[in-house]
Amino acid sequence: MSKMLTTDHGADKSVVDLLRFLLDTEKVSGVLTLRKTNTSGSLDYGLLTRSQELDRAVPLMPVMPANAAQSLSLITPTQKPIAVVVKPCELRGFVERIKREQGSLDNVLTLSPTCGGVIPLDTYIKKSKDNLTKDYYKQVKAGEIPESIRPTCKACEYFVPMTADITVSVVGEQNLDSKCRFILNSDKAVSMTEGFGSVENGDLDAKILDDHLKKREKEKKALFESIKFKQDGLDGMIDVFGKCIGCHGCSRVCPICYCLLCDFESRNFDQNVSLFEKELEQKGALRLPPDTLFFHLGRMSHMSFSCVGCGQCTDVCPADIPVASVFKKIGENTAALFDYVPGKDVNEDIPVLVFKEEEFKELGE
Amino acid sequence: MGKTFNPKITAFLCKWCSYTGADLAGTSRLQYPTAIIPIKVMCSSRVDPVFLIRAFLKGADGVLIGGCHPGDCHYESGNYHTRRRFAILQSIFDSLNLEKDRLRLSWISASEGPKFARVCNEFTDKIQKMGPNPTRKNMFI
Repeated sequence: MSKMLTTDHGADKSVVDLLRFLLDTEKVSGVLTLRKTNTSGSLDYGLLTRSQELDRAVPLMPVMPANAAQSLSLITPTQKPIAVVVKPCELRGFVERIKREQGSLDNVLTLSPTCGGVIPLDTYIKKSKDNLTKDYYKQVKAGEIPESIRPTCKACEYFVPMTADITVSVVGEQNLDSKCRFILNSDKAVSMTEGFGSVENGDLDAKILDDHLKKREKEKKALFESIKFKQDGLDGMIDVFGKCIGCHGCSRVCPICYCLLCDFESRNFDQNVSLFEKELEQKGALRLPPDTLFFHLGRMSHMSFSCVGCGQCTDVCPADIPVASVFKKIGENTAALFDYVPGKDVNEDIPVLVFKEEEFKELGE
Repeated sequence: MGKTFNPKITAFLCKWCSYTGADLAGTSRLQYPTAIIPIKVMCSSRVDPVFLIRAFLKGADGVLIGGCHPGDCHYESGNYHTRRRFAILQSIFDSLNLEKDRLRLSWISASEGPKFARVCNEFTDKIQKMGPNPTRKNMFI
């Protein structure tokens, strides 16, 4: 049985209170949380070191202005302890980055909610924010899937954080505005929160989460069917990725794509005029800019097994390509080859770094 | 190109086993199709899946990787990594309904000249039956 800490305030306030407590008692020297940038309602992640800065913090806001896994890579390993409030998929993304030696969980206290999903940036920026979050929380409290969230969020089965020190119970919490439950998953969490409130035995409500999971699984099935390409093979690929303008935004915001010297950003695949001419001779026509489909297929082969399905790539795509949905589907299949769940265990190696002698005997006749 | 279809098969061959096997096939005067275009690599694990995708999208009708038998890699474990990456790529092609039969991985040791000739013949026959890669023609990619 895990330890549980309950407070008599709403979830958002309770998390801010806890962060303030951690800062004031100098258990951590900084906290990474979502906060309001200014009064207009724009959001960003901030690493805050003074507790008065927390007045603007909105740690549980269902928006992802950037995947925090990238930011965490920048600020870790840290000398001084910090606390971070991130979404479960951001945490999984960070774990995947750690496996690639892009950061460390040492000195990091991780808080993560059971996630109701994230509202796409576009919707968040354009719509009235009050109504948006009101509707969102109404459905989250009831254990339903909010309508406004990202398609990949609707289809996400990993809404309960896998490796968080402290889990904030949000999904299916009827009394979210007046009560908040923190599940303390590690000894570190117990010792850090000592003095903040009374601790008792308790855990997340398995039945509510199970019911919610079933709804998500249903959504996932529907999502995967909906991205079934209209035509098979190449024509289908061109249908979906033909709109790509080659900006590489999807890989820039991806929590997994960390390579500074990305092959696709380099000139490695540039070809000279004579090669273009050769191709023209053969095909009679040429798409420009070239290699957009190549980029997506290549990226799939490099990182799809680690895809956490956060949906940031779809969010930033200027051509409205459902990148995340496709990558989630592909990624599930490639990860399944190795019984791999991205972000589950920081001590597990990524599939391309290890091998078993006794596998894939059928390959290589 | 005339009416008959002459396939082009890009073959990435590891220097220590498959390429030497191809040499042996040659010195043994074994016949194998001219469709094979060999590219020598130091190890089959040097072949990033991206190379296969590149060849595939640029119109290669088939792509072959030749490496040492599992356990015999000159660098001890390179071919095991190749095998994993190949499995990943096959899975991607499968999920997208691309023609994964145009990709082939074969273990050919330095002493297996006849096997090299056989693999090349088999693979070329298969590609011949499949017809030209659709990326060769009307594809704007």
